[in-house]
Amino acid sequence: MLCATFIQLKARTEPQFGLLYPLSAPNPHRLPSTVARDDEHLLVAAAKRGDTHAFEELVNRYEAKIYRLTMNITRNREDAEDAMQDAFLKSYSHLKDFQQDSRFYTWLVRIAANEALMRLRKRRPNQFSLDEPIEGDEDLMPRELEDWGPSPEQRFAQTEMHEILSSVIDKLEPDFRVVFVLRDVEELSTEETAKALGISIPAVKSRLLRARLKLREKLNRYFRQGGTN
Amino acid sequence: MNCKGVIREISNYIDGELELPAKQELERHLEHCGECNLVVNQTRLTVEIFCDSKPIELPGEVKSRLHDALRRKLSERGN
Repeated sequence: MLCATFIQLKARTEPQFGLLYPLSAPNPHRLPSTVARDDEHLLVAAAKRGDTHAFEELVNRYEAKIYRLTMNITRNREDAEDAMQDAFLKSYSHLKDFQQDSRFYTWLVRIAANEALMRLRKRRPNQFSLDEPIEGDEDLMPRELEDWGPSPEQRFAQTEMHEILSSVIDKLEPDFRVVFVLRDVEELSTEETAKALGISIPAVKSRLLRARLKLREKLNRYFRQGGTN
Repeated sequence: MNCKGVIREISNYIDGELELPAKQELERHLEHCGECNLVVNQTRLTVEIFCDSKPIELPGEVKSRLHDALRRKLSERGN
C-alpha cells in the first residue's frame, strides 16, 4: 500500500524516465560511478573543515538520488526516508574518517545502502540473504521469447512506464534487487558494489546476471507486441 | 559457444567485459541464433531503461524532515 501511494504521488508531480538509447548504442555506464561533479572534493574538504554550508550543499545535491536508492532497496516509503536521513547524519558524523581517495558519493551510497539493507532485513528476516551462494545455472535459460517491436518503451506514457518499472523491480527478490539497483541504477562499478555490500565480485556478477534476466522476463509481459498484462 | 554459454555471459558481454576471443565466439553465435539475439538485445534494453530512470524528486515533507534533522545535527556540532 505504501508503495502504491508513493507511486501515485510521484506520478502526479514529475516526469520519471528519459528517452532510451537505441538497441545498438554502446552501453554508456560501465565505469565507476560518474555522477559526482568535479567540485565534489572541494565541498567535502570544506565540510571536513567545519563548513556546514558545504555539507548542506552536498545534501542538496544527492538527496534525491539517495532517496531513490533507499526506496528501491526497501520498497517502503517510511523505511526509505529513515534510511536516507540516517545515511546523511552518519556521513556527517563520520566525515572526518572519510578518506578522499574515493568519491564522497560512492561512500555515501555505501552508507545509505547499508541503512536500507538493515531495515529490509528487519522487515523480511527470513527472506533475504546476500551470503547464500547461488547454485547452478539451470534456471537461467529464458522462457519467454517474444518480439518487443521497435522502441517498446515509447509505447507507454512516462507515468505508465514508471509504474511498470516500479512494479517489476518490486517483484524482484531483494538479494537480486539490491545488486541491480547499485550496479545498474546507481551506476556503481562491480568492485564498488561488492565493497558496498560486503560480498565477492563473482557474487555480484552472478546476482546481477540473474536480476537482469528476471527483469527482462518480467518486462516481456508488458513489452511484447500486442501483449496485455 | 552454445545458447547456454551466451546466456551465462550476457552480463559480461553487454558490460563490455568479455575477453576478445570469447566476445568473438559469442558474436559468431549471435549471427545465426535469432533467439539469443532477442535475449541479448532485450536484456541490454532492460538495463538501459532502468539506468536512464531519473532520480525522484523528494516529496516536500520528506525534504523538510531531512533538513530539520540535519540542522539539529549541525547545531549540536556547533555547540
